[in-house]
Amino acid sequence: MIRMENVHKSFGDNRVLQGMSLEIPKGTSMVIIGGSGTGKSVALKSVLGLIQPDEGRILVDGKPAGSGDRDAFLARFGMLFQGGALFDSLPVWQNVAFRLLRGALKRPPAEAREIAIEKLRRVGLKADVADRLPAELSGGMQKRVGLARAIAAEPEIIFFDEPTTGLDPIMSGVINDLIREIVVEMGATAMTITHDMSSVRAIADNVAMLHDGVIQWTGPVADMDASGDPYLDQFIHGRAEGPIEAVR
Amino acid sequence: MMLLAPLGQLGRAVLGALAAAGRISIFAWGAFSHMLRPPFYPRELLVALLNIGWLSLPVVGLTAVFTGGALALQIYAGGARFNAEAVVPQIVAIGMVRELGPVLVGLMIAARVTSSIAAEIATMKVTEQIDALVTLSTHPMKYLVAPRVAAALITVPVLVGIGDIIGVAGGYVVATENLGFNPAAYLKNTVDFLEWRDIVSSLVKGCAFGGIAAIMGCYYGMESGRGAQGVGRATKSSVEAAAVLILAANFVLTGVFFSL
Repeated sequence: MIRMENVHKSFGDNRVLQGMSLEIPKGTSMVIIGGSGTGKSVALKSVLGLIQPDEGRILVDGKPAGSGDRDAFLARFGMLFQGGALFDSLPVWQNVAFRLLRGALKRPPAEAREIAIEKLRRVGLKADVADRLPAELSGGMQKRVGLARAIAAEPEIIFFDEPTTGLDPIMSGVINDLIREIVVEMGATAMTITHDMSSVRAIADNVAMLHDGVIQWTGPVADMDASGDPYLDQFIHGRAEGPIEAVR
Repeated sequence: MMLLAPLGQLGRAVLGALAAAGRISIFAWGAFSHMLRPPFYPRELLVALLNIGWLSLPVVGLTAVFTGGALALQIYAGGARFNAEAVVPQIVAIGMVRELGPVLVGLMIAARVTSSIAAEIATMKVTEQIDALVTLSTHPMKYLVAPRVAAALITVPVLVGIGDIIGVAGGYVVATENLGFNPAAYLKNTVDFLEWRDIVSSLVKGCAFGGIAAIMGCYYGMESGRGAQGVGRATKSSVEAAAVLILAANFVLTGVFFSL
């Protein structure tokens, strides 16, 4: 279980998180929604320890995030980055098997390649993609490779940062379905940040609405449409009028 | 109060410079300490050796040969004013080995390697590849910085040595083909005049300049701001800082070797 308690984070005068609290039960898929620049990525990166909160606590299975052996802590996570964040200089299979080629989870190269190709197949890519460089792939294929890399070491917790940004609606649907299938299949805890409502409905068990640095509403995805929360209503219906200022 | 404003600005600039020097020193210390502690990444080191060493050979060679040739012409023309044309081999040798070889190779490495390292790492930062490295349990200092700094420390002295030889050869060709020097006498004068400490000082300077070039590239890459502008600024700052530090280090090292 991931628990964020009263987390604050500022960048200079910009107070991004202002007491965010959230709980993600083990084996569930939480989607955090909110407008651009509301701190969704900051929240996600804070759990991973990529950003240090100014105040508050983040607990993973009851232990402070990042405490103890950092490699062992990070080995529990997989992450799909917004732009894929694939390493340009490495072929696709070495990107996917990155964790399996070095460190504590190191396997022989042939075995790591085999696992990488299997994961590529799992995300709908053929084996001939394995030896290409990331720059030779389309945006949708790069997202799939990023997804394959995120699941390659079979992590307990998977983070998805804007998984459908920059993709056409059909490819977005494919990625959403893949994420849902993989999360269910692996029994992983998932945390996704997005402002794509089709992703929310496809991926989420629970939804949290982040605005003004705090969670405005959280609950099961089935309750989202009838929440009665003015912030959530405005966001999911994409209205310009409401408590969220359109010009921020 | 108005009178004190420039003083305040000066103070802030000095404090800013000292803070930057402190950050770079801590970064350099981190780079060296990660170079000595496992895990090591031999593939990354090999790639860096090829990029910094092997692929810099053409530019280093061309720079050295033209500089050596021009130096021979200048010394011949200058020496003719007081009937000292015969010192061309000695001055070309000492000028290339003790001064021009290391400095020009250092500056060419700053232009070619520092900029490339800074742009590459800054782009990786902007595209979240460095965050991805961390989430994949890989320390960016170990994976990106340590191999590049180690490769520069190994290859730049070798490049300086090669640059010295090519520079002296450039002077030799110009002196023997254009200025009428006897080839055998030119070579004998060159070899007889150079001392071991000239060569050692050249290689030590190469090592120092290589370290400076790689560390500046890595530091400014890792500290890059967002977007294309951030990458451009990191690249520009890294080359400026590396070039100035190489010239300053050259002055200090020359003083040290001069006093020995």
